[in-house]
This record gives sequence, structure tokens and C-alpha cells, in this order.
Amino acid sequence: MAEPLLPPVYGLMAEFEDPNQLVAAAHRAREAGYRRMDAYSPLPIEELHEAIGFEHTKLPLIVLIGGIVGCLSGFLLQLWVSATAYPINIAGKPFNSWPAFIPVTFECTILGAALAAVFGMLALNGLPQPYHPVFNVARFALASRNRFFLCIEARDRQFDLAETRRFLETLEPREVTVVAD
Amino acid sequence: MADVHPSHGDPAATVNTAASRDVIAPGHTFGTITDKISSIVLTQRTSIGWYLGFLTAGAFAVLLLISLTYLTVKGIGIWGNDIPVGWAFDITNFVWWIGIGHAGTLISAILLLLKQTWRTSINRFAEAMTLFAVACAGIFPLFHTGRPWLAYWLFPYPNTMGVWPQFRSPLIWDVFAVSTYATVSALFWFVGLIPDLATLRDRSQSRVGRMIYGMLAMGWRGSARHWHRYETAYLLLAGIATPLVVSVHTVVSFDFAIAILPGWHTTIFPPYFVAGAIYSGFAMVLTLAIPIRAIYGLEDFITLRHLQNMAKVMLCTGLIVAYGYTIEAFMSWYGGNRYEGFMMWNRMTGPYAPFYWALIACNVVIPQLLWFRRIRTSVPALFILSLIVNVGMWLERFIIIVTSLSRDFTPSAWGMFRPSFWDWSTFFGTIGLFVMLIFLFCRFLPMISIFEMRTLVPEAKVEHEI
Repeated sequence: MAEPLLPPVYGLMAEFEDPNQLVAAAHRAREAGYRRMDAYSPLPIEELHEAIGFEHTKLPLIVLIGGIVGCLSGFLLQLWVSATAYPINIAGKPFNSWPAFIPVTFECTILGAALAAVFGMLALNGLPQPYHPVFNVARFALASRNRFFLCIEARDRQFDLAETRRFLETLEPREVTVVAD
Repeated sequence: MADVHPSHGDPAATVNTAASRDVIAPGHTFGTITDKISSIVLTQRTSIGWYLGFLTAGAFAVLLLISLTYLTVKGIGIWGNDIPVGWAFDITNFVWWIGIGHAGTLISAILLLLKQTWRTSINRFAEAMTLFAVACAGIFPLFHTGRPWLAYWLFPYPNTMGVWPQFRSPLIWDVFAVSTYATVSALFWFVGLIPDLATLRDRSQSRVGRMIYGMLAMGWRGSARHWHRYETAYLLLAGIATPLVVSVHTVVSFDFAIAILPGWHTTIFPPYFVAGAIYSGFAMVLTLAIPIRAIYGLEDFITLRHLQNMAKVMLCTGLIVAYGYTIEAFMSWYGGNRYEGFMMWNRMTGPYAPFYWALIACNVVIPQLLWFRRIRTSVPALFILSLIVNVGMWLERFIIIVTSLSRDFTPSAWGMFRPSFWDWSTFFGTIGLFVMLIFLFCRFLPMISIFEMRTLVPEAKVEHEI
């Protein structure tokens, strides 16, 4: 608001050459008090999400719920069909012949859990997402090849264009770029 | 390993041993891996060989279309199936294709859980193979119904006829098992592709390529938060797919084991079908991997170590299958049931005996060559062996289905099955469709997982520092 003539800024992005530098930089940024940031890498790095202060994902719980819903609905569907909606005598077996319902119940459990895992992951990640400001940086195309990026976002309380840039420069990045919003 | 065999004097052998240990050739970086794999899709010119292969396979796929159209118009009488052999090529091919698919899931899920890093360079196209094999498999029961346009009757849905599926039948279990398997395999494959689609989006030179890969990548940007959830989802999917893959061929074997027909009614079927599925699947992975690595120069990524490991899995599952055959034969004698005894005698000496002995040769005798290190490290030998196992596993399903049906309890109900032209054309048609889809996949999608290969580079290892 104070500088209406400048284009809106999403954040400042530092580029690194290897994963060690990125993890170290993320730790340093957190120590310096920055909270609103994200790190981008072409491969999963185990330590990285902890370094930027992201600890837990609810995904396992979602998958568990998906599995339980699949299991119950698969079994109850068969029970209802075989005992209530369409009861027919098959080789003298009881209408609720539950052991025969196990294979389909099992497959429905798997299906429910797998759908929950994939769509839960996409939903929590906010994908599909047609636009994101980080793509405004031309060199960000290398984030899917061999470069590692740390972006401190403008909505961080401590963010200041000049101050944060100076801080990022101390991390020995390849370069620091302003990310337009 | 190299030091264990000091007797190898010639330098070629030393190079061989060194290469057989690595899962990736030395000297690669994040950039070279990305460029090499993505260039197959993005920049290399499509070779004449690709067009020739694609068109040949496509011609067989057209033959499949013709066969299925004619079948839909005339009915399944155009096949050689007749009472008593109501299941013949169709179910043989169905079980064969489904089994082939199993290796893809095994490589991508079970070997991931076992932290076998050598799986990384073969899992992507093994998963694609799974998907295409399941698609080919699905064609057979669908058209064997005779009225494929009513196949949705197999699913439970409220209808004006007031009827519902019969859930005590293994055939309906099969519908659920195979459709779940197809869905989960497709999801697993697509999730694995997302980061690589983002790579293709960022590296594509053409506008159309950027748009298509961009839409498929769904805005993936490699954020650490995303990677964390992604890895969690991938691991959970692997954990879910592992019992699934075992259940699918178990349920397929129930289609037989729950019937009272001699030769089908046996409790050894589930484990022996699952082992057979993995056996044939690894054979198919080798059949595909060997030409692909030669054509696209991927020897750096699909090394001799991969081929050797696959050969070892084949040897192991092949021995389980051999054990299954032995127990089948033993129990038919030891069990004292005269129908079972006759069934086995008929298999070994009856009208289909040449196929039985060909099956034993292909699946049990010849693969014993894999005990020899020289065979396991010889690429042409592995290729030929993989083809032999593919044939053997097809014969196994044919023998199980056709010999039992053609000679059941009363001689007055006996009959022979002879395949018609349309049996063969449908079968070879699905092979054509499968190969055509593999060609398209190699051309338009990264056939090796780029992001997982990056994790194998030494620089990917992060040392702990706070």
C-alpha cells in the first residue's frame, strides 16, 4: 500500500546448486525468524519439509478413513443386496454368508484407500493449480531439472524487500530474484 | 563382488562385473539424467524404426478391431469354444495378460517397500506394461459375455429389472478385483508421472507440448510441502497395492479353484497362480526392457544389474511354479481320487500332451539355465529365455483350462477344442494393441522415472547439519 507504483511482490527467491545448500539455507532462514517460506526442488529431500517448518500431514488419516468407508460400504452393499434387496438361495447358504463377502469387501477397502490417497494428496497440495507466482521467475523452469530454490514470501511478518534480500545474499545463492505476484 | 572372483583375468569380464553392480552408470548429474531421459520424448527425432514398429503393431491392433467387430455381429460362435470347452483362448488370454501385469505392481510397490533402489529405472515402464496388459486382459471376459454392451450388468446398480449380482460367486469377485486393480494401477502410474510431467512442461520447446504436459502436470512446482505429502501418498499407495496385487491373482485362481472340475478344484491354486503371474510378468519386463535399452541407448540406467536381478526373480518364482506342478501331479496320485488321477494322466498322455510337455520344458526345464552366471549376464540369452517363459506361461493357462474342460467326469460329455482363425486373430490382436501402446508410451512419456533417478545421484544425499 505504501508503494503503489511498484508491482505487487509475492516474495524473494534464492537459487542454489545443490540440496545441501538448500537445506542449510532453509534452516538459516528459520533461525533468522522467517516463517512464511517454501523450498522447491527437482527431487524429494527428506529433511527439507522439516527445515521450512512443515511437520505433519493429515494424509495418513484421510487414507485410513477412505479405507474404512470403502470397507464398510462394500460389506454393507453385499449384505443388503444378498439379505434384503434380492435374497436368493444359493446352494443352501445363509443370506448373510459373510465369508463369501470378504473378497469384495477387501477390494472395496483397497479402492477407497487408494482413491483417498491420490485425491487427498492432490487436494491438500491444492492441485490442479493453473497459476502460481513462482512461475513468473524465468529460471524457475530449472526447479524441475537441477536447481534448488528457497522463496521467502512477502506475507511473512518480517519480510522487507531490501532487508530480506540482504539476508538471502548471505546464504551464498547463485542469484536472488524478486517474484512478481 | 568383483573381488570375490579374482579368477576372471580378461578386462572385459572386469568391466562386466563392475557394470553389473551399479544401478546407474557413474558420472551422471541431476542435469544429465533429466536431459537424457526427457530428450527421448522432446528432442530426438522419431526414428524410422519407431514408425515401422508402431505401424506393424498397429496393423495387429486393427486386426483386433476387425475380430471384435465380427464377433459382436456374429456372436462368440466364431471362436472355437463349444460345450464342453466353454472357456478356451478367451480365459487363457485373460489370465495370461492379468498375470503379466502383476510384475509391474510388484516392481513399483513391493520393491519400493523393500527399499530396492534398482527398481527405480524399470518401475515406470513396468507400470505402463501393467496398465496395458490389464486393458488387453479386460477385452476377453468383456467380449466373452457375448453381449458386451450389457457388461455393466456385472456391477451392482439399482435397475428396473430388480435383480442384483450374486456375491457368493468368484466371478463377481473377479469383476471387483480386476476393476480395482485397473483403477489403482492407473492412479499409481499417474501419481508417479506428475513430477516428470512438470519436467517435460518446463523443458518442452513447442507450445502444444507445454500446454499438454502443463495440463497433465496440474501446476506441480516441487514445493517441499508438496513433496512431503507426495512421498507419503506414494508410500501409502505402495502399501495398499502390495496386498492388492496378491489378491487379484488369488481371486482369478478362485474362478477355477471353487469349481468342482478335476484339475481346477485345488487349494494350491492361489499361491501358485500368484507366483506364476510374477514369473510371466518379469519375463515380459525383460522382453520389453532389453530391446528398449538397446534402441534408446539406456544402458547407463538399465544396467546389467537390473537384468540379473530380474533373472533371479524369474528363477525364484519359476521354482515356486515348478513346485506347484509337482504338487499337482503328486496330489492327483496321492489323493486317490480317480477323476483327479485321470485328469493328470490325460494331461501327460492325452490329446493335449505335447502342449503339457512343452509347458514343462518352457517353464521348468529351460529356465534352470538361469542358475549360470554366464547366462544371467548375457543379454541375448536373457531375451530368448524371457520369450520362452512367456510362451510357457501361456501354455500353462491353456492346459489348466482346456484339458480339464475337455475331459470331465463322463466320457459321453467329452469334446475337443480347436482354435479358429478368430481365436488366433483376437489373441495376436491384443499383442498388437499392447505393443502399439508401449510404442506410444515410449514416444510421449518419460519411460524412466526422472525424479526417482535423480535421487540415485550421489549429490542427492543431504548430510545432516543444523
